[in-house]
Amino acid sequence: MAVSDVVIQRPFVRAPRRGPATRLLEDERWLAAALLLPTLILLGLFIAYPFAEGIWLSVTDTRVGVPGSFVGLANFDALLHDSIFRTAVWNTFVYTAVATVFKLGLGLWLALLLNRNFRGKAFTRAFILLPFIIPTVLSTFAWKWMFDPTFSVINWSLFQLGLIHARINWLGDPNLALISVIIVNVWRGVPFFAISLLAGLQTINPELEEAAAIDGARPWQRFWHVTWPLLLPVTMVVVLFSIIQTFSDFQLVYVLTGGGPANATQLFATYAYQIGVGTGLLSQGAAISLAMFPFLLIVVVVQLLYIRRVEVH
Amino acid sequence: MARVVIRNLNKMYNEVHAVKGVNLEIRDREFVVLVGPSGCGKTTTLRMVAGLESITSGDILIGDTIVNELPPMDRDIAMVFQNYALYPHMSVYDNMAFGLKMRKFARDEIDRRVREAADILGIEDYLARKPRQLSGGQRQRVALGRAIVRHPQVFLFDEPLSNLDAMLRVQMRVEIKKIHDRLGTTAIYVTHDQVEAMTLGDRVVVMKDGLVQQVGDPLDLYNAPVNRFVAGFIGSPAMNFAIVGVAEENGAICAVGDGMRLKLPPRTAERLRPHVGDEVTLGIRPEDLHLVSGDGADGLSFAAVVEVVERLGSQILLDVKVGSGAMVAAVEPTVQAKARDHLRLGLNAERLHFFDGRSEIAI
Amino acid sequence: MIEGARWRRWVYFYIPLGAFILWLLFPFYWMLVTSVRPDRELYRPWMAPNYTPFWTAHPTLEHITDLLTETLFIRWMANTLFIASVATLISLFCGILAGYALSRLKFPFGGALGTGIFITYLVPQTLLFIPLASIIRNFQLGDTPWALILTYPTFLIPFCTWLLMGYFKAIPRELEECARIDGATRWKAMIYIIMPIAVPGILSAGIFAFTLSWNEYIYALVFLSSAEEKTVSVGVASDLVRGDVFYWGQLMAGALLGSIPVAFIYSFFVEYYVAGLTGSVKG
Repeated sequence: MAVSDVVIQRPFVRAPRRGPATRLLEDERWLAAALLLPTLILLGLFIAYPFAEGIWLSVTDTRVGVPGSFVGLANFDALLHDSIFRTAVWNTFVYTAVATVFKLGLGLWLALLLNRNFRGKAFTRAFILLPFIIPTVLSTFAWKWMFDPTFSVINWSLFQLGLIHARINWLGDPNLALISVIIVNVWRGVPFFAISLLAGLQTINPELEEAAAIDGARPWQRFWHVTWPLLLPVTMVVVLFSIIQTFSDFQLVYVLTGGGPANATQLFATYAYQIGVGTGLLSQGAAISLAMFPFLLIVVVVQLLYIRRVEVH
Repeated sequence: MARVVIRNLNKMYNEVHAVKGVNLEIRDREFVVLVGPSGCGKTTTLRMVAGLESITSGDILIGDTIVNELPPMDRDIAMVFQNYALYPHMSVYDNMAFGLKMRKFARDEIDRRVREAADILGIEDYLARKPRQLSGGQRQRVALGRAIVRHPQVFLFDEPLSNLDAMLRVQMRVEIKKIHDRLGTTAIYVTHDQVEAMTLGDRVVVMKDGLVQQVGDPLDLYNAPVNRFVAGFIGSPAMNFAIVGVAEENGAICAVGDGMRLKLPPRTAERLRPHVGDEVTLGIRPEDLHLVSGDGADGLSFAAVVEVVERLGSQILLDVKVGSGAMVAAVEPTVQAKARDHLRLGLNAERLHFFDGRSEIAI
Repeated sequence: MIEGARWRRWVYFYIPLGAFILWLLFPFYWMLVTSVRPDRELYRPWMAPNYTPFWTAHPTLEHITDLLTETLFIRWMANTLFIASVATLISLFCGILAGYALSRLKFPFGGALGTGIFITYLVPQTLLFIPLASIIRNFQLGDTPWALILTYPTFLIPFCTWLLMGYFKAIPRELEECARIDGATRWKAMIYIIMPIAVPGILSAGIFAFTLSWNEYIYALVFLSSAEEKTVSVGVASDLVRGDVFYWGQLMAGALLGSIPVAFIYSFFVEYYVAGLTGSVKG
């Protein structure tokens, strides 16, 4: 048989000559360096460098067109005495906290509802994500139109149902503006929470709940003692991720209120924009942006520690 | 000449010395099996020959070339993995053709070789299918085919049959042996199953804790194991062991143990004379025990109580209690015995093994 | 399903689910209705009688046609499509390479680099936009799509890398080892074996990146100034408001049409998008 003949007579094939580049890239470490290079360049140029530049800006007194000189922590000092800044800080924390709580609660509820089998489930799941998919600015405009003081369809509906007699000035009333903005943020975020938590729920073995049911646990107890602890890892990741996004939010508030009325919805990001880009005080704007960093850092560290702990287990 | 020489091979993982000074010369066309329990270093050794693990010290030669620094693609070898490692997104044909494509073979040459290998393995009908459409046995054939098309210098096998069910395993074992006879390529085969080692290997290398215990032809390992580990590892059911003291009585050497007192035949006695007063390990294979009647006057038998009778059809295994220890005897299927029977087992005088009490080396 | 009487099913399931769906999808319906509603119906005060907000008897295409002919909307759509596509391609390229390196190669500082890339994902654009604006100007990229094409990967790459690492890790290493023995270099093994198997992950990352690019606002707002260069979000938010007057018909038409490409692509790849979203969370 031809095969055997071929095999016996063939001498050892000299290894082909490999160019230096090929040989280098066979080494794991050089290959890794080559593969990571584009990413590191892009991230270095457009994150690390601006971050450093931002720190430099915040400790000078640069304005648009006017290079600045070193002023130490003067900008930050000025911010501490700026009542608008303090309002923005307060607003941002309230905005983040309230929105996150509602997104988690409603998202969890929706996830539990979707966790059952029903006709059109896949369809529903796909449609539910639309608020999250559609560009924020565009859907926010729809809400702005829905909140419009003169033409609000919400007001019309509530009036028709007999629940109100005078119009609600959703965005123009300083007492209501933050609530309205939170409503839109929650609207946008619930699908993200719901779908993520749903995925988490689906990894939980249904036998665990069934065993608990047989043991006599009522639905609420089953949830609290069996489902919730197993869902915690996914929940933590989603919540921490969402906190970072919400804390640094800009688009939503900018479109709805621009930070008003009377700074009722002013956040870190919108204030930084107003000062840095609006009035051209670059250094102060940079300082406001950077003021977000300590809180974000804490959240990131918490998240990393949590992930590490979960991985160890 | 596609021989493989392994010289003083060592592998360290951080603090763990996984392979310790292995020396092996595998002749051209030979089928060598590395066998041993998990963690003995056999797979690590194989992977170093393949180039998938770096060498801490020592040399590996394929043909007459030192291949230590060569990447796997340049060593002219082929490997069959335990999990088949078939490329799931390619058809069977493309799986087999991949290596040849990488080496820039001509299209018709690739086609010729793939069909040739498919013919040898009987998988011509599956060439267009994807791996997920095949059964375990078929996948393993494709993995073999992928190795064959390359006409490599050496075949490497990493426990290829472990994922197959028992019947398929036996079938594939025979196939591999037939293919090796037909193609004649040098092969290094790693397994933890001593039955595979014995049936497939021209020579078998037993390893434990990174060290080579014994190298030899399967029957040599079976009949003349060099230490207690090899004796207990090769052969199924495993060899029986008993700790005995060597005593001298009236010029004759006796082995005295828990529940037995054996008078050793002359040749064996001479081997053990230097060990009088020491404790040694007696080894006797289950098939070298037979039923004797009478009271054991010949001196080479002992009393035992049957605990479990395992009827295999071709033989009967008696699990017996001897003194406070246990042994297994393999006897003819016609033997009538049941649990709690008292009987006497005699030992085959030619087939006694003894191992030093401390070093465990054969005496 | 919920055990027990039929009414329980309605109270505990159908009604809440229906309420959620209504709340989540109503704004889109509103967008649609407003886009085709003639002006005279649009600007009826909310308390006026005979007000039928939920549908219109005289649908019109005038807002849409005005939008397409009188504004630069089509140009904005083209810009956004171009920017999102190229930024996604760049991010996928970098993400695939980086994800492969971090998940399948052993090299010093691997863990630290992985963590580092993960952390940059959490540096929000609103923190960097002011210094980045002057850097963009210094690089002569101001008011060009390249300002965005090069900066969007800063938040797309970490996400793509992270997601793809998960997919790469699931591929058994024997496949690569076998390829290398068969004759492939590490690089070729990555291209011919690993990447094709990871295609679902690559699609998921790509879809997600595309929608994230389309959604970005503050960089686009700050780095682009002339009307021809704007993206859809920026254009709709700025140029459709003349003086203090909101042209709601055109605005909603713009919002609707601006959402369609994303929704369209999403509809083909729903499973991949969801896999991308949940994959990143389960990490």
